[in-house]
Amino acid sequence: MARRSHVQTTINGETVEFLCEPRQSLLEVLRDELHLTGAKEGCNNGNCGACSVILDGRLVNSCLVLGVETEGKSVETIEGLAAPDKLHPIQDAFLENAALQCGICTPGFIMSAKALLDQNPNPTEHEVRYWLAGNLCRCTGYDKIVRAVLDAAAAE
Amino acid sequence: MRDFSYIAANTIPEAVALLDEKGENARILAGGTDLIVQVREARRDVNWIIDIKSIPEVNALDYNADTGLVLGAAVECYKIYADDAICKGYPGLIDATKIIGGTAIQGRAAVGGNLCNASPAADGIPPLIVLNATCVIAGPNGEREVPVEQFCTAPGQTVLKNGEMLVSIKIPAPESNSSSFYLRFIPRNEMDIAVVGAGASVVLDDTKQTIVSARIALAAVAPTPLFAEEASARLAGREISDAAIDEAAEAAKAIARPISDMRGTAEQRTHLVGVLTRRALNGAIQRVREAT
Amino acid sequence: MLENKDYKVIGTRPIRHDGVDKVTGRALYGADFQAAGLLHGRVLRSPHAHAKIISIDTSRAEALPGVKGVVTAKDLPDAGDKVADLGEGAVNLKHLCDNILASDKVLYKGHAVAAVAATNPHIAEEACTLIDVEYEVLSPVLEVRQAMEPDAPLLHEHLKTTSLGETADEPSNVASHIQHKLGDPEKGFAEADVIIEREFVTGTVHQGYIEPHNATAHYNADGQLTIWCSTQGAFTVREQVAEILQYPISKIKVVPMEIGGGFGGKISVYIKPVAAMLAKKTGKPVKVLMNRADVFEGTGPTPASFIRVKMGATKEGKLTAAQGYLAFEAGAYPGSPVGPGAMCIFAPYSIENVIIDGYDVVVNKPKTAPYRAPGAPNAAFGSETVLDEIAEHLGIDPLEIRLMNGAKEGDRRADGPVHPRIGFIETVEAAKAHPHYSAPNGKKHHGRGVASGYWFNIGLESSVTINVNADGTINLVEGSTDIGGTRASIAMQAAEVLGIPAESVNPSVVDTNSVGYTAVTGGSRTTYATGYAAYEAAQEVKRQMITRAAKLWEVDEANVQFADGEFSSINGKEEQISFRDLCARLGETGGPIVGSGTVNPGGAGGAYATHVVDVEVDEETGKVEILRYTAVQDAGKAIHPSYVEGQIQGGAVQGIGWALNEEYIYNAEGEMTNASFLDYRMPTCLDLPMIDAVIVEVPNPGHPYGVRGVGEVPIVPPMAAIANAIYDAIGVRMTELPMSPDRLLKALGKI
Repeated sequence: MARRSHVQTTINGETVEFLCEPRQSLLEVLRDELHLTGAKEGCNNGNCGACSVILDGRLVNSCLVLGVETEGKSVETIEGLAAPDKLHPIQDAFLENAALQCGICTPGFIMSAKALLDQNPNPTEHEVRYWLAGNLCRCTGYDKIVRAVLDAAAAE
Repeated sequence: MRDFSYIAANTIPEAVALLDEKGENARILAGGTDLIVQVREARRDVNWIIDIKSIPEVNALDYNADTGLVLGAAVECYKIYADDAICKGYPGLIDATKIIGGTAIQGRAAVGGNLCNASPAADGIPPLIVLNATCVIAGPNGEREVPVEQFCTAPGQTVLKNGEMLVSIKIPAPESNSSSFYLRFIPRNEMDIAVVGAGASVVLDDTKQTIVSARIALAAVAPTPLFAEEASARLAGREISDAAIDEAAEAAKAIARPISDMRGTAEQRTHLVGVLTRRALNGAIQRVREAT
Repeated sequence: MLENKDYKVIGTRPIRHDGVDKVTGRALYGADFQAAGLLHGRVLRSPHAHAKIISIDTSRAEALPGVKGVVTAKDLPDAGDKVADLGEGAVNLKHLCDNILASDKVLYKGHAVAAVAATNPHIAEEACTLIDVEYEVLSPVLEVRQAMEPDAPLLHEHLKTTSLGETADEPSNVASHIQHKLGDPEKGFAEADVIIEREFVTGTVHQGYIEPHNATAHYNADGQLTIWCSTQGAFTVREQVAEILQYPISKIKVVPMEIGGGFGGKISVYIKPVAAMLAKKTGKPVKVLMNRADVFEGTGPTPASFIRVKMGATKEGKLTAAQGYLAFEAGAYPGSPVGPGAMCIFAPYSIENVIIDGYDVVVNKPKTAPYRAPGAPNAAFGSETVLDEIAEHLGIDPLEIRLMNGAKEGDRRADGPVHPRIGFIETVEAAKAHPHYSAPNGKKHHGRGVASGYWFNIGLESSVTINVNADGTINLVEGSTDIGGTRASIAMQAAEVLGIPAESVNPSVVDTNSVGYTAVTGGSRTTYATGYAAYEAAQEVKRQMITRAAKLWEVDEANVQFADGEFSSINGKEEQISFRDLCARLGETGGPIVGSGTVNPGGAGGAYATHVVDVEVDEETGKVEILRYTAVQDAGKAIHPSYVEGQIQGGAVQGIGWALNEEYIYNAEGEMTNASFLDYRMPTCLDLPMIDAVIVEVPNPGHPYGVRGVGEVPIVPPMAAIANAIYDAIGVRMTELPMSPDRLLKALGKI
C-alpha cells in the first residue's frame, strides 16, 4: 500500500484535512475521500470538463491536479455554490433555460461559467462559447447552456 | 495509475539536486496537464514527481521593452495572455497560449511545460522559435542556454540531461515594424491537437512594403517542431507579394516530413503547411501594418 | 380518444423536478454510489482485434496485496447453445456471455477477458497487468464489404447466413439478409425519366455519453443480489444479468442511479454481470467503473455501413421507384440495426415501387449497440442525398420535391405498415415558411442544404403508481430512468388529468422491486408510454376520488363531475370540493388512494423531421463551418416544449458531429487509434451556432394527449442536409462519412 500524505486545504471556505496517495487526483480525493461527488469523471484526461473546479480562483480540471498539490490552497466545487436557501444565479439560469438533460456535465459547466462570469461579467455569445469549449455536453447541443450563461450574466 | 512519490522543491538547487539524485525516473511537475495523463496512461515511467511551482524563478514573468521577456518555465498560459504588454509585443505567442487546451487547461498549463513535453504538435513551440527565444537551463554544472529550435530532439525528448531543468525562456525585445502570428489547423475549433501548426514573425521596413527579415516555424510535420530556415531566408529583403509568400510556403512544404495518423494524413499535412504558412505570414504582416 | 382542448399544464415549461439536485451536484449517478467495505473492480481487455485465447493465468494478479478476487469466463455459467429471451427477440446466450467475458476467442480490441476486485482502483488496475493471457493472433476483418467476401477470415465458425427464412450451409460473416418489397421496382424504374444511383460509406460512431458505464453489486448471504448502476432500463439490466448468470430475477434487485446520457448505449450490459461475479467471489460490494478508453473500445458504438441507393423520378418530380442496399457492421456478434435502417430508408415518401435489401455482417469491432434512431441516419444519408441530386437534376426546389412525394396517412411503408396520421408534410411546409429558408445565401463557399428523416418510435410496457397525499399533492412512482427531463414530462401528464400544477407532483424513479415492469428509456418511448401510464394512473385516481366525493355528498357517482381541479355534483344538490380539499378527507371517506396504470401501447406514431443548414467551406483546408441550423420536427404534442427543443437540438448536434468529424479510426491491426475525447471529435460549443428548434404539432391518435416520441428522429437528417449544403457551397457530392477535412480536400482534388 502506497504511503499517504497529509494535506490541509480549504474547500468551499472550510478547512479540510485528508490523507491521500500522491497518485490520487484532486478529483479522486473529492469524490472518494471527501464524498463530494458533484465533480464528475467523464474522461480523466482533461478533455471533457465534467470535473471542473476552481483552484485558487482559476478554473482547472480536477482530474489533472494531484490531491497533494492542493496543500494550502483553496478549492471551490459545485457543492459550495448555492447559499443554504438560495441557488446561485447561474444555477437558477440553468433551471429556467432547461440547460440540462442528463445533468452529468452540469456541475462542470456551472463551475466553468462561474469562473467566466467572475472575470468577465458581460461576455458575448462567442466569448461564452470559447470559454466553455473545454466542457463537453452530449445532450443539449449547447444552445440552452449558452443562453443560460448569457441570462445569468444579465441577471447578476 | 502507477505509484510514485511527490516532492515539492522550493529552490532551483534543490530541484536540480533531486533530479540529479533520482535520475531518469524523475519528472518535473508544473501544470501537469501532459505529465499526469502520461503517467496515468502508463506512457511514461515515473517514480518521482518534483513539483517546481513554488520556485520563484520558474514563476518569473518580466517584460522590459529594451531587454525583452523572461518567461518562467511554470508560468501558466492565462497569466501570459492577461498581460497587455506581452500581448502587444509577442502576439504570435499569445495566439498559442489562447488555444492550448480549453480554459481549464490554460489555468494550469505552462508554455515551458509545452516545450519540455516536446510534442511534435506543440502549439507553444513554433511561436517561440519565430520569436528567437532561448531556453535557460539549470543543471548540476550551472546554467546554460539553448535556442528553442534546438531544444526538442525527438517526440517527448529534449536536450535536457539528467539533473537538468528548464528555468525560463528568454525572448528578445520586439523590433520596430515587427510582429508575429501563430495558427494551427484542427478539425474542430477548440480542444484538438494541431494537425499542422505554423508560426511566422516578420520585420518590415518603414514603408511596410518590404520584408527585412522573417522566421517561419512548423508543428506536427516532423518528429520535432521545425524552424523553416530556408523558407525564412527567402523572404529577407523581398517586397511583400503573393509570389514571395507562395515561394516561402513552398519552401516550408519542402522540409515537412509528416506521418499519417488519427489526426491527419501525410498528404493533408503537407498541403496544409503551404496554406498555413501563407496565412501565418499574411497574418504577421497585417499586424505590422495595422499597428499604430 | 384524443383530448383536444386547452391544457393547463401540458405545453407549459415548469422547472424540472430533479433540477435542483442536478445543478447543485447532489444528484447521485452510478459512479457516486458509496458503500462501507467497497472494493474496486477493473476489467482486463484484449489488446488484439481477433485472437484465440490459449490460456489465462491469474495467479500473479491474485498474489498482489490488496487483490480480493479475479474472475474470467470460467466463472460464468455454461451458456451451451441456449437462447436467451430478453423480451426483444431471441439472442444467442453464448454470444451474450462471450461479450461479457470472452471464453474462447477475443473478437475486438477492448474485448473483456478477465476482471479483478481490489481494495482500491489503482491496485485493481495494476493487477490487470499481472494477468497472463496467451493469445494466438488471427487476421482481423475490419470492414463490412471485406467481411462479406467469400474468403474473408471467419469470426464465428458456426455462424451461417439466414436469408429470407432460409439458413445457408456454409459458415459466413453475414449473419442475416432481409428484404422488403413493394410494387414492381423494375416497372417503376422503367417509368422514370431520371435515375440516380450512388454508393455511400459511413464510419463507426459512438453515442458519446459523458458518463462512463458503472456498476456496483453486492450479494447478501441469502443470495439476494443488488446492483446499483446507471442504465436506460433497470428491468432490462435485471433480465440480462439473470440470463447471463442464470440467476432468478426474483433474487435480483436493480437500483437505477441517475444516468449521465445513454442514447441507446446504456441498454446492453457490460460490467454489471462482472461486478456481480466479483461481488459473489469476494463477499463484498464491488464497484466497477469504465474509463473513457474502455467506453470507446469495450461498449457498443453504432455501425459503419455501406449503402447503395437508386431512385427514379419522372421529369415532373414524381418518384417512381427506389432501391436500397444496406450492409451494416454488426460488430463482433450479430445484431446490427440494419432492420430499422431498412424500415426507415424511404419512409418519408410515398413511392409505389420499392425494394430494400439489408445485410447484418460481423466484423472485428465491438458489438454494436443502438444509437438514437439506430440505422436510420446511415440510411437517410444515402436516400436524402440521392433525392437532393434528383431535385437538382430536374430543377425542382428540394423542399418542393419532398412536398410532392411526401408520405401521408394511409400510405404504405415498404416493410408493410400503413402510416397513421403523420406530420411529415407539415415539417416540410414549416421549413419552407421559416425565414431561414428564404434568407440570402449567395456568398462564395457558402451553401444551404435540406434533408428529412423518419423514425417509427416504439411503445412497450410502462407502469406508474400514484400515491395521493393529504395536502393535495401526489407522489408518482415510475420505472423510467430520467435521461432528459422525463420526470417532468411524465408528471405533467398526471397533473393535467388531476387539474393540479406540475409542482404538485413528486416523481420518483425507483428500483425493480418497487414499481411494475417498465421497459427501457429508449425508442423515444418514455414521454409517450410512461406518460401514457401516468395518464392511466391519474385517471384511476380521479375515478376513486369521484367515488369519495359521491360518498361525502351522498350522491350517485354518476352525478359527480371533475373539471379544472374541482369536483362538483350535478343534478340538484350543489356541492363543490377542490382536488386538494378532497385529498385532506380521504381518511374519513375510506382510506388512502393509490392509483396505478400500466400500458403496452401500440400506437407510438412515427416522427418526422426536416432540417435546413447553412455551411461555409474553407476550400484550402477542407473545413466545414456550420453557420445556421434550423430543425423542424413533428412532436405530436409537446408536453414540456423546452425539453422537446432540447431533444431536437441535441439530436441535430450529434448528427453534425457524425457528419463532420466523428468516427472510429482503425489501424491495420484493428486497433482504434482515437479512443479518447481528444481525438474522437465530438462538437464543442465553439463549433456550433444556436440551433433553431421548430416544433410542429400533428397529434398522434395513439396517445390521449397526442404525444409522439421526439428523442431519436432529430439525428436522422443532419448528415444528408450537411452533405447537400456542402454540394451547394462547392459543387462536390460527398458520399463518405464523416465529411472530414481530409476527405473534402481529396474530393476537391487538393490532395
